[in-house]
Amino acid sequence: MRIEEHPILTFDRGREVEFTFNGRKMKGYEGEPIAAALHANGVRVLSYSKKLHRPRGFYCAIGNCSSCLMTVNGEPNVRVCTEKLREGMVIETQQGRGDLK
Amino acid sequence: MKHAEIAVIGGGPAGLMAALAAAEMGAKVTLVDRNSRLGGQLVKQTHKFFGSEKEYASIRGIDIGRILATEVHKNPNIETMLNSTVVAYYPDDGVLGIEVEEKKWVKMKAERIVVATGASEKYLLFENNDLPGIYGAGAVQTLMNEHGVVPGKNVLMVGAGNIGLIVSYQLMQAGVNVKAIIDAAPSIGGYWVHASKVARLGVPILTSYTVKAAYPNEMTGALERAVIWRVDDRWQPVPGTEKVFNVDVMCIAVGLSPLAELLWQAGCKMMYVPELGGHVPVRNDNMETTVSGIYVAGDVAGVEEASSAMMEGRLAGLSAAKSLGYDDGTYEEKKAEALKELENLRSGPVGGKIRKGLAQLAS
Ligand SMILES: Cc1cc2nc3c(=O)[nH]c(=O)nc-3n(C[C@H](O)[C@H](O)[C@H](O)COP(=O)(O)OP(=O)(O)OC[C@H]3O[C@@H](n4cnc5c(N)ncnc54)[C@H](O)[C@@H]3O)c2cc1C
Ligand code: FES
Repeated sequence: MRIEEHPILTFDRGREVEFTFNGRKMKGYEGEPIAAALHANGVRVLSYSKKLHRPRGFYCAIGNCSSCLMTVNGEPNVRVCTEKLREGMVIETQQGRGDLK
Repeated sequence: MKHAEIAVIGGGPAGLMAALAAAEMGAKVTLVDRNSRLGGQLVKQTHKFFGSEKEYASIRGIDIGRILATEVHKNPNIETMLNSTVVAYYPDDGVLGIEVEEKKWVKMKAERIVVATGASEKYLLFENNDLPGIYGAGAVQTLMNEHGVVPGKNVLMVGAGNIGLIVSYQLMQAGVNVKAIIDAAPSIGGYWVHASKVARLGVPILTSYTVKAAYPNEMTGALERAVIWRVDDRWQPVPGTEKVFNVDVMCIAVGLSPLAELLWQAGCKMMYVPELGGHVPVRNDNMETTVSGIYVAGDVAGVEEASSAMMEGRLAGLSAAKSLGYDDGTYEEKKAEALKELENLRSGPVGGKIRKGLAQLAS
């Protein structure tokens, strides 16, 4: 959920853009972290752990912990807590390690 | 290859002050931060700061960040690189590897380096502690106060230190329900002003409680329920004292540890000092580490506060510039002032832990 009113803060958001998450169309703001856009759309499970396939969300949100790796535009292991959202991005839940092309 | 006289890594309060101080002495500074704006932790702090007037106490954190960042941007001696993460330090030739924006690589050789990378969140051990919905307090702040997205509806806050208390208040500012704040310690660790603010709003603060387990929603796999239990005076959990909270977010605020990877890479001598948050670099009173030319300041040098981070930054910046020959005769006086201010900040009962840690580090 987005914060629309805040007693102290104002948020300057980028322009609204469309992206897909596992094929589903969603909206977010350009330049915000992908994880924030997903969270605003109610998506909290970002990846599955390599061995036990346990669901993972973000943890640190500043690129430190690698809890948030996803496949973005076909590229695996992108930390979506820091990677910025762009128009038309194809975002997918990553299974396993991912392959380097 | 890029060249810099002084590279400051990290643009939080420590790095900002280091850059300003070195520039004030006449040195040319390159300030590097991985974020898209300067300020570090300050950009997420909506509360009025404690500390003394020199470090802008009683001004909101976000505004302190803004004041310092504006000064930095105005200063002709400081070049700023944003969206730039320093990922490597090569000890053989002292070159920094920097990832700029998305996948552009820059190598930079700096004559002096100030590492002011801050700290990162600690973790807590309990069953299912990896569920989506269990977030570090810093992450919740980033999501909420930088990007304007709330983490969920109902939160259990783990940790009643200043960060736990303040982030609880910030969650309520953003319209989120804080069900309880728990802490394994027998008393509230944070300042009374922050505790009474949340207590007045009706949030129970349960001391001597820790997390037993977390449980997921079967459908989504994300957090749905948290169970806590009491610990006795030997920190052992007491069966039968469980309490259940239906929460979709658990926020972990059990402390920070220095983000010191670059210092390890550089081969700086490190020492484990629990009072300072973990492994911290050994340094002299100029804030220079055991590797000549590498200085430290702020939380990476020992987890403390923005006010002391600023003064350490100032010291490191002054000293780095001085070592390059920049001194118009004011260095000794300015250094003495900064040292005095640090001593003031750490006097009194609250500074006791830090004093103890620093004494251990100096021994
Ligand atoms: C909720 C909360 C409330 C607080 N309240 C107060 C208060 O009231 N008063 C007070 O004095 N203190 C307070 N503090 C503490 C204060 O915010 C910190 O002590 C202070 O910000 C530390 O400053 P710093 O510059 O060392 O680190 P930070 O502010 O963490 O800045 C570090 C910077 O380094 C950057 N960085 C890290 N690694 C790299 C890299 N490899 N490459 C490039 N850039 C990098 C980061 O992006 C960041 O901008 C609070 C902290 C929190 C979390
Ligand atoms: S959440 Fe930690 S790296 Fe993305």
